[in-house]
Amino acid sequence: MAAVTRAPAPPAPAAPQQKPPRKRGRLTPYWLLLPGILWLVVFFALPMIYQASTSVQTGSLEEGYKVTWHFVTYWDALSEYWPQFVRSVLYAASATILCLLLGYPLAYLLAFRAGRWRNLLLILVIAPFFTSFLIRTLAWKTILADGGPLVGALNALHVLDVTSWLGWTSGDRVLATPLAVVCGLTYNFLPFMILPLYTSLERIDARLHEAAGDLYARPVTTFRKVTFPLSMPGVVSGTLLTFIPAAGDYVNADLLGSTDTRMVGNVIQTQFLRILDYPTAAALSFILMAAILAMVTVYIRRSGTEDLV
Amino acid sequence: MKTTNDNGGDVRLTQIGKTYGSFTAVHPLDLTVPQGSFFALLGASGCGKTTTLRMIAGLEEPTQGTVHLGDQDVTHLPPYKRPVNTVFQSYALFPHLDIFENVAFGLRRRGIKSVKKQVEEMLDLVQLGEQARKKPHQLSGGQQQRVAVARALINHPKVLLLDEPLGALDLKLRRQMQLELKRIQTEVGITFIHVTHDQEEAMTMADTVAVMNAGRVEQLGSPTDLYENPKTTFVANFLGTSNLIEAEVDTRSGDEIVLKAGGCKLSLPQARCSAPATNGGKVLVGVRPEKISLTHADDAGEIPEGRNRVTGRIADSSFIGVSTQYVIDSPACPELEVYAQNIDRDARLVPGAEVVLHWNPAHTFGLDAAQDIDAGVETVEPDEGVAA
Amino acid sequence: MAFVNWLKRHLVVIAGLLTLGYLLLPNIVVTVFSFNKPKGRFNYQWQEFSTDAWKDPCGVADMCGSLSLSLQIALWATLGATALGTMISFALVRYRFRARGTINSLIFLPMAMPEVVMAASLLTLFLNMGAQLGFWTILIAHIMFCLSFVVVAVKARVMSMDPRLEQAAQDLYAGPFQTFFRVTLPIAAPGIAAGALLAFALSFDDFIITNFNAGSTVTFPMFVWGAAQRGTPVQINVIGTAMFIIAVLFVVAGMVISNRRTRQKA
Repeated sequence: MAAVTRAPAPPAPAAPQQKPPRKRGRLTPYWLLLPGILWLVVFFALPMIYQASTSVQTGSLEEGYKVTWHFVTYWDALSEYWPQFVRSVLYAASATILCLLLGYPLAYLLAFRAGRWRNLLLILVIAPFFTSFLIRTLAWKTILADGGPLVGALNALHVLDVTSWLGWTSGDRVLATPLAVVCGLTYNFLPFMILPLYTSLERIDARLHEAAGDLYARPVTTFRKVTFPLSMPGVVSGTLLTFIPAAGDYVNADLLGSTDTRMVGNVIQTQFLRILDYPTAAALSFILMAAILAMVTVYIRRSGTEDLV
Repeated sequence: MKTTNDNGGDVRLTQIGKTYGSFTAVHPLDLTVPQGSFFALLGASGCGKTTTLRMIAGLEEPTQGTVHLGDQDVTHLPPYKRPVNTVFQSYALFPHLDIFENVAFGLRRRGIKSVKKQVEEMLDLVQLGEQARKKPHQLSGGQQQRVAVARALINHPKVLLLDEPLGALDLKLRRQMQLELKRIQTEVGITFIHVTHDQEEAMTMADTVAVMNAGRVEQLGSPTDLYENPKTTFVANFLGTSNLIEAEVDTRSGDEIVLKAGGCKLSLPQARCSAPATNGGKVLVGVRPEKISLTHADDAGEIPEGRNRVTGRIADSSFIGVSTQYVIDSPACPELEVYAQNIDRDARLVPGAEVVLHWNPAHTFGLDAAQDIDAGVETVEPDEGVAA
Repeated sequence: MAFVNWLKRHLVVIAGLLTLGYLLLPNIVVTVFSFNKPKGRFNYQWQEFSTDAWKDPCGVADMCGSLSLSLQIALWATLGATALGTMISFALVRYRFRARGTINSLIFLPMAMPEVVMAASLLTLFLNMGAQLGFWTILIAHIMFCLSFVVVAVKARVMSMDPRLEQAAQDLYAGPFQTFFRVTLPIAAPGIAAGALLAFALSFDDFIITNFNAGSTVTFPMFVWGAAQRGTPVQINVIGTAMFIIAVLFVVAGMVISNRRTRQKA
């Protein structure tokens, strides 16, 4: 109708019947929402507030804690643990980039090249999920073991010389080095990258490739100008789903790393569960949350996909 | 509107209207659909026809006015308490139930236990007896359409509402289903109210058509009445094609009005003029393209007396088999359309030729010149997915 | 040259399969090492073939107890999160109400929050309230973080549902309750099932949040974590392998059945 000139175009209605139908019980949505939202408020939002308040308390476990607006805790925590913060961001970012580089070809294969093997391959991507991730992470201890076949091969090819020089590995060891931790993080969060990528690639009409080819685009150009831009929603949610949990993870750093690869998650865990220094732990956790939320917000704004939920 | 003595099954809408915030979808309107009739609500998308239908079904609460079925006021009854059933746009067949259960749904909800015989009879009526145990997605569009009709009709509603029921079918199947629906309606004798944007569909099937535009009923009548004697420019342009010529009233004598347009004198029967015609006032003179005859200017002398004449030059012609469609530039009106049947084709009638257009004054109609002359002109196909 | 061309054409396939190998390698190692007979406490180095662990999967103290506890928690958490999440999804899709934006972000945030932050803050709450850490605190935490994922899964399904289906049910004499149970729920079922499955997997495999809020209770992932410090029994690999095989069998069986069904219909 919009293109009709001087035609009887009524003011376009906001598609009335597409709106959720007006129900007779106006309170129904609130009853439906109440239990779940209450759960999230009490066990998600409220704890955040408790944590914020704990972070500015002083005292000791024996005498109890009081809110004293002791913001110095934040400063102390940051100045003492900034290397772990930097490491967390660095490791998580490396793992995210690796996931994207490794995951994209597999998602592309699943979406466009798998044919009748697609379902089988999809099962193989999801299936590892069903084995506890801790067991699978422990398996990397075997794969990357000192003197094992993989490390031996890398050594023979002088790959380890290069990575050692870069500081990623030390000597002829891979285990207990940054490389091992990043490798574990990449492995653990790879499916979270592949699945969103696959979903957004699968939506692309395969004829678009033919159209691009017909319009003189070589395969690489087709990918750069058509496929990749159209898969951006998958790239954005994939990177978020990888980066966020990776930045807060402490399992990989603990199982595959050493004291030199400790991430902020390890610090929070130790402070909370071993040292019992609750204000410092709360402050660290709060900083991590704020940092990640800030990064995510900026990232979502810049990539222009605000509607993720 | 004619009324029968037994109005027990009439649908009566009284001052019914619907607004969404500041947007008025339906202006308060009165409408009576007599029992047993095939009634069509015709209009472009967004004209309020579907909203009107949904208010009858109870799926939309009117902002004002009442809905009566016979003597019963159903305005505030929820849809599941109304003796009215709907054939939805794109059918809304339940994907998790097979055809049999889809058709049996209404009966079961009303607590009827033995549904087998009725359902089978109904499926036979729509020629789907073999498909009873299939799921909707396994049927073709035409078959799904028939399931939707069967699912509604089995409940013997007082009124069957059809919301663009043929919109999703291709042209050939649509023609076939139009006849099929007409057959079923005659057979069961239930009142059908049919919403469509397709004027041909409305004219083929309905006894009475209400043309809606911008939330109002523009004109109501039988298909021939609407076509031959449109009362507004919207109806003139929306139903088929009309040539509308802006003219000035010259003289009036008895039941005849004589008008001037670009040096031509046109005559118009008073009875066919819906506009107030005062001397010197403006009137839109309308004539359908197929009513006009085309004669080469050299033969102008052979045209009988008493016919309306307009001179012009052929701007364009297109041959479409049964007829040839000409576009004529005339001092009276640019771009007049003429459809000439291909009986004896005059080889001289090619673009550039000087011609005289002439027609029987009885085929002329007069409209109020204060209206938009292009109202109802379809320059693009209405989007079928978007309902009004 | 022919080889280079072939390589060029199949580069994506090769790279994709290599990634798949990377994803599956640990599972292969887990399976192979479930037949190992390690020397010492840790099962990281291949010694000799043995089926001892498979013959006695519960032979390790406390392991099968923790496994059954994890299954119980996962079951209850799935039930709770699915019920609450489904209700929220319906409210979000079907109704208009105030504070929709706030509610949307309340549902989005738990998914955008590192687990360790949620774990730590929840522990702060429990400590402040003096709650006894154990089964119930774990269950509460699991329902909390599974909820959002259920909402996302169910919402997608409900949103893609044609509202005309429910109107058609009402038109065919089904009251609000009948409409919900006869039409809405059956059609939304695949989304709800997907949400439930996701919740089960998330809850069963969760370590970080559980570790903070479990007190002295030990779930299966916590048992594995402890084993990584003290010594890893081969039985852990047996459980891991069995889980993998059972899951794959389930999925394959489901696919075969649905394939056969569609073929029969066609």
